Amino acid sequence: MTTPALSIHGLKKNFGPAEIIRGVDLDIAPGERHAIIGPNGAGKSTLFNLISGGYHPTSGSVKLNGQEIGGVKPYAINRMGLSRSFQVSNIFSNMTVRENVRCGVLYSMGYGYSFWRNVGNLKEVQEKTAEILNSVGLLDKASLPAALLPYADQRTLEIAITIAGGADVILLDEPTAGMSHSETERAVALIKRATEGKTLIIVEHDMGVVFGMADRISVLVYGEIIATGKPEEIRGDPRVREAYLGDEADEHAEGGAA
Amino acid sequence: MNNPIAQSVANLAPTGGQKFRQRVLPLIILAIIVVAIPFFGPSRTVYALLSVMGINIVFALSYNMLLGRGGLLSFGHAVYFGLGGYAAMHAMRAIEYADGGFWAGFPVFGLPIIGFAGGALAGAIIGWPSCRRAGTPFAMISLGVAELIAAAGFMFNSIFGGEEGISGDRMNGPELFGLSMGPVSDVYWFIAFWLVVGVGGMYAFTRTPLGKMSEATRDNPERVEFVGYDPQRVRYLVFIFAGAFAGMAGGMAAVYFEIFTPEAVSLLPSGFVLLMAYIGGIAYFAGPVIGAIVLTYMQSMLSDFTEAWLLYLGLLFMLIVMYAPRGLAGIIFGVTGSFSNGTFSEMIGKWLQQLAGAFLAFLGLIVLIEVSVNWSNGFGEVFEPFGLHLTFANPLTWVLIVVPLALGILILRRANRETEEVLA
Repeated sequence: MTTPALSIHGLKKNFGPAEIIRGVDLDIAPGERHAIIGPNGAGKSTLFNLISGGYHPTSGSVKLNGQEIGGVKPYAINRMGLSRSFQVSNIFSNMTVRENVRCGVLYSMGYGYSFWRNVGNLKEVQEKTAEILNSVGLLDKASLPAALLPYADQRTLEIAITIAGGADVILLDEPTAGMSHSETERAVALIKRATEGKTLIIVEHDMGVVFGMADRISVLVYGEIIATGKPEEIRGDPRVREAYLGDEADEHAEGGAA
Repeated sequence: MNNPIAQSVANLAPTGGQKFRQRVLPLIILAIIVVAIPFFGPSRTVYALLSVMGINIVFALSYNMLLGRGGLLSFGHAVYFGLGGYAAMHAMRAIEYADGGFWAGFPVFGLPIIGFAGGALAGAIIGWPSCRRAGTPFAMISLGVAELIAAAGFMFNSIFGGEEGISGDRMNGPELFGLSMGPVSDVYWFIAFWLVVGVGGMYAFTRTPLGKMSEATRDNPERVEFVGYDPQRVRYLVFIFAGAFAGMAGGMAAVYFEIFTPEAVSLLPSGFVLLMAYIGGIAYFAGPVIGAIVLTYMQSMLSDFTEAWLLYLGLLFMLIVMYAPRGLAGIIFGVTGSFSNGTFSEMIGKWLQQLAGAFLAFLGLIVLIEVSVNWSNGFGEVFEPFGLHLTFANPLTWVLIVVPLALGILILRRANRETEEVLA
């Protein structure tokens, strides 16, 4: 059996007396598209922060390609090949779109903290930046200040920065939140394209997106995963229906049948 | 170039011509100006003023590496200026008393390098604990460090020389470029050289990966962590460079003044450099240059006209903070920018109104301040502009205070209201 891209065992996180994550076990295979769903307050964002280094786990382990990353600093985890996006657009708003993506590229291309090079002369950085802008369709807006982008484009830029470093495990936190129907469709197509061959873990509220994209789905309720499985298994699981999906899943099942 | 992506790379980056105009040309113009000035035969006073300006420009730019580019508000930047300057001062004495060896062959011209190294070392040591935090904790720590070093300045006499400081003689050691370093005109060339080196170096720094990540860390430290950078490390490295260039300015000052006193590491110059950078405009690279020029001029020239010049400085600072937070550079680039985007004719009316309003309000304030200062001194001296005899007993004084002030404020309010209507 191959090493899982991400392997979580007995993961717990308490904030004082409040137990937010109460023992999560999850293995995600390389190349899998895995969605985490759950009602508000289930601990999805906390789980993301535990995986990406934002929080220290209270107990348990998180392994990235077999290496322990629980409690490791975010920048170190990022260098090991895991990258994440944010629920709220988290971009460098004073920079242009091109500079934003370039920030995501620099470290992975070995230019770390160097102060003896001119960024404008780094040819492979420019090419990689252009390639990423092209793949997300922001090339024509490359010289605009990021703050002036429309909301949907800012979300796209957020994804572009996330994939820029070439990480092979990508965490996306509600990438389509606040988007219109057509924008969501475009975003989903983009995410599928941009994460081709990579391991994707996504938190999402839009069930259409989740069931359309994920290979497997985990349902997180009150800090525990109550079910993990293929979309059709999750849809049919009575516990999931009871705990969370309710009418929404029925609607979707009917919609899919019709 | 048949690869479409490779082609678009070329479109993304500014063209060679743009790069030259925006990046190289300003530095060449600066170099031409500093080279051209001596051909106009400036007086000793002008040479002295220009030299201090040069020192302050490098100092203010180094401060802006922290405040403008790094988002780090420091209340103790003079510490690095001072420690670099003291390092250079001790080196100058070593050159003077050298009996062969390394220092005997070291030209005084190169002392800013010692200052640079001293400032970098101080930054590396002091930055280690203080760069762990950004924001308010960083500002508070910088203030604490400044107090600490200022207090140490009066305690460790072998380093800081006590109240009378450490003095030296710049006319020692080997000569470089045929400069004896004696007359101010020789020192001017020395300052000019290091000014261009410092400005060029600090501009180049903004173009490096570290410089770019410094701006990214200022805007969004959280995101920086998730693209593989440690924000603490970015801040620390930037801090060392800012200290180094401040130390370089200190080295220039050591050669120019030939004396350093513990006052150089005190809170006063730390505050002054903040004013220079902020009044000039911290959002622009050129801002601190403009601020340094204007404030140095005010410091040396305005203080001849009025003893209340610090009051005017404080007033200017407050007005900039409240009404023009992008500083003098923001005002200048706002006007020049309106030429290129064609809004000049719409804006000029409003600007003239604002200018007139500010001028009138300022006139009233000048009368108030000058009359008050003379009255408060109690020597019986009276503010007498244009042959008027203005005392508080003279009704004309009050007219000259209240009328321009009220009129100016009215015009300013009207101009601002019109802007709002235009925007709405």
